[in-house]
Amino acid sequence: MSAMTFLGPVVLLLLVLGFVTIAILFERKVLGWMQGRVGPVQVGPWGLLQTVADVLKLLLKEDIIPGKADRILFKIAPVIAFVPAFAVLAVIPYTDRIVFADIGVGLLYFIAISSITTIGILVGGWSSNNKYALLGAMRSAAQMISYEIPLVMSVVGVIMAAGSLNLTEIVKAQESLWFILPQLIGFVVFFVASLAELNRTPFDLPEAESELVAGYHVEYTGFRFAFFMLAEYVYVFAMAGLTTVLYLGGWNPLFGWTFLPPIVWFAAKFLLIVFILFWIRATLPRIRLDQLMQLGWKVLLPLALVNIFLSALFKEVSGIGNFF
Amino acid sequence: MDYAESYVIVTVFILLGVALPVAALTMGRLLRPHQPTTDKGISYESGVDPTGDSWIQFNVRYYLFALLFVIFDVETVFLYPWAVAYNDLRTDVGLFILVEMLIFVFFLVIGLLYAWKKKVLEWT
Repeated sequence: MSAMTFLGPVVLLLLVLGFVTIAILFERKVLGWMQGRVGPVQVGPWGLLQTVADVLKLLLKEDIIPGKADRILFKIAPVIAFVPAFAVLAVIPYTDRIVFADIGVGLLYFIAISSITTIGILVGGWSSNNKYALLGAMRSAAQMISYEIPLVMSVVGVIMAAGSLNLTEIVKAQESLWFILPQLIGFVVFFVASLAELNRTPFDLPEAESELVAGYHVEYTGFRFAFFMLAEYVYVFAMAGLTTVLYLGGWNPLFGWTFLPPIVWFAAKFLLIVFILFWIRATLPRIRLDQLMQLGWKVLLPLALVNIFLSALFKEVSGIGNFF
Repeated sequence: MDYAESYVIVTVFILLGVALPVAALTMGRLLRPHQPTTDKGISYESGVDPTGDSWIQFNVRYYLFALLFVIFDVETVFLYPWAVAYNDLRTDVGLFILVEMLIFVFFLVIGLLYAWKKKVLEWT
């Protein structure tokens, strides 16, 4: 055990906070460009300090807790939502050298811990003692548990191919071919389900501002609200990282271009995923609640199950069997 | 890296995750104004005075989805170790290992089809 045991996570936390700051600005810029606007330009050069200004504003806002709210639960809900978002980052291998916690059941840990956020959202919505918040929280929980099933089932194909739950070994198994090609069905299911888990468009029903005002965090103000938003963007970081690791070969280079260091390859793939998430937000409208549930249970879940058995069958085909 | 150290790091991550919100909110307490009035404490209901209790009834369908979730989540608990060991088991016992999982999944799919036919998944 060394100083890095404690220092490393602190550095990562600062990096993630920096990423969130830039990502929110970048998202607004991208949305602006795609809609023929310029995005934020007022605060700082090129709008660079916009998010910093927003965070400072939230920090200075009065903290209002509704009189009817369950005060203790109301206060701990943002913490319950945020902690798992950051805790899952421990197991992601950024390169073969930069791994924080190289645990054998890394993937299982990620999936198990990340589902705790649902409890934070439910607690937040219920403790607000507000009709919109309660309905938003129930919807949110229903959506997140419904899409968790296809999400966890779609990665079974990857586990079968790599023969391990350790994320470092999963990346090492992709040295010759990234799993996105043999596991194409799994990747599509995983990506759609992860959009829903992240509560991002077209699955941002929990936030449906036109019908539920703001969903589960309607009564939250100031920094408590900020932590729900922060948890969401830290999840963007975590999910983009997990997608890179599981399907895009992690730090493995493309075309054997090893002159770029592994961390650059990881960052490039990671940023591509983040950009696609923002791109989808500018492209697709929000879907209806009944469509959401039907897509999850009637399309994605059967596809994920079929993918498992197809992967098992392709293992028997000579020639390409080694890739599955 | 040894086994125990990995879990120490995981614990450090969880503690940091708790420390950040606690520190930020404590710091915020020194910076933000605090002038509570009874009007500020009223639940938000689009600007109208709230009527009735806010812990209202909600659709029973949420429970059905929760039940379905539990069934399939337990299935994954079984699928994961199977998937990890699949390559080894395949060389040991052949495709019997695949057939076994097919039988298990088949029974669960019957449950899904039943819910499907009962229009549990429709939400209207």
